[in-house]
Amino acid sequence: MPSLKVIKKRISSVKSTQQITKAMKMVSAAKLRKAQQAVLATRPYAKKMDAIIANLVAKVPDLSHPLLKERPRERALVLLITGDRGLCGGFNTNISKAVERFVRDNPENFQQIDVAVIGRKGNDYLKRRPGVNIVKVYENITGEVNYQTASLLGTEYAAAFTEEKYDVVYLYYNEFKSVISQVITKLQLLPVVTPKAEEELFTGVDYIFEPSAQEVLGQLLAKNVEVQIFRAILESRASEFGARMTSMDSATKNASEMIGKLTLMYNRARQAAITKELMEIISGAEAIK
Amino acid sequence: MADKLKLEMVTPYGEVLTTEVDDITAPGVMGEFGVLPGHRSMLALLQVGEFSYLQKGKRHFVAVNWGYVDVDQDRVTVMVETAEPADLIDLERARKALGRAEEALKKLSDEDKEYKVMEAALARALIRIQVAARKGH
Repeated sequence: MPSLKVIKKRISSVKSTQQITKAMKMVSAAKLRKAQQAVLATRPYAKKMDAIIANLVAKVPDLSHPLLKERPRERALVLLITGDRGLCGGFNTNISKAVERFVRDNPENFQQIDVAVIGRKGNDYLKRRPGVNIVKVYENITGEVNYQTASLLGTEYAAAFTEEKYDVVYLYYNEFKSVISQVITKLQLLPVVTPKAEEELFTGVDYIFEPSAQEVLGQLLAKNVEVQIFRAILESRASEFGARMTSMDSATKNASEMIGKLTLMYNRARQAAITKELMEIISGAEAIK
Repeated sequence: MADKLKLEMVTPYGEVLTTEVDDITAPGVMGEFGVLPGHRSMLALLQVGEFSYLQKGKRHFVAVNWGYVDVDQDRVTVMVETAEPADLIDLERARKALGRAEEALKKLSDEDKEYKVMEAALARALIRIQVAARKGH
């Protein structure tokens, strides 16, 4: 049995770890609430935009746009969204693995698959994997998300698509379902998948489009790409905090359990020491008689 | 026909405004236009500029970024990237942004990728300053 001093030291070290995990859990909970609100706030905008695009596509026949164009899919780009920091359970690993699997499973479907990573952790995982070709890494943009960042990313990939550098662009991110569940989601970003009409718009007989339906659609499609990226980053951020919160919660629980076990061990050892001392005194006293 | 417009302004960060107004003017890509109650259905693209609406005899100004306006049966939905009401604009910050954009533009040629970005930033800053000047009007 380890000595009393050693056990005592271990107890205090586990306790301080527990304090850290507890604090991290609390911090993530607070950040989660904010991130969740941000996700909810973008929904009306995204929904409205989907509705308008869907109705435009349905309403105006023979609409064509470079961002809608289907080409033989030879070169693919995967845009992966992960977090910059760890200590959040399987959050970063699971999604990175999903991308790795996608790259490995599709060598004959695509001539070339490139990966662009948002977040340090995804890069850390994927750069050591053979066959994964990382073309770009963005760090520190998931901390404070602003629309401009998403907008720049959107413009960049829309341009890469229209210049035929890539024939298809996929987006991998964690969708926020609830605090304890994040769903790995794969979304086709480009060519733009026209959303289904949820509500009927443009019911008015002659709608005026200014400057023209074609122009309006073109701009909306480009914006739609940006909005999708923006939303995905926000979802991923909320998921990250959710994952961190649950994993820190279970870490805190494990620490309590460990402290309980160690305390029991400590008490037993103390008892044994006392018994031993008593026996020594008694036998010493016997010997003098 | 109702004599008011239902105005709704939405940005990716959330809803900014939901209110009833008498009229609006918006910076369309083909020039500024106004919408009064009873207007025909319309979908128009907006550019960076000054959006305003009349409410209870008072004109309110909002600096808006790229977006569009959907007018349908006296319901006006404004979807913009950013929207800043005049009284919320930080003039100091806008001036600084203007200075930064000007500096950057001097260094870049119009072929650079960043040129467009900075140009847009310049336009935004100018509009913010212009709108902020309307405070209290």
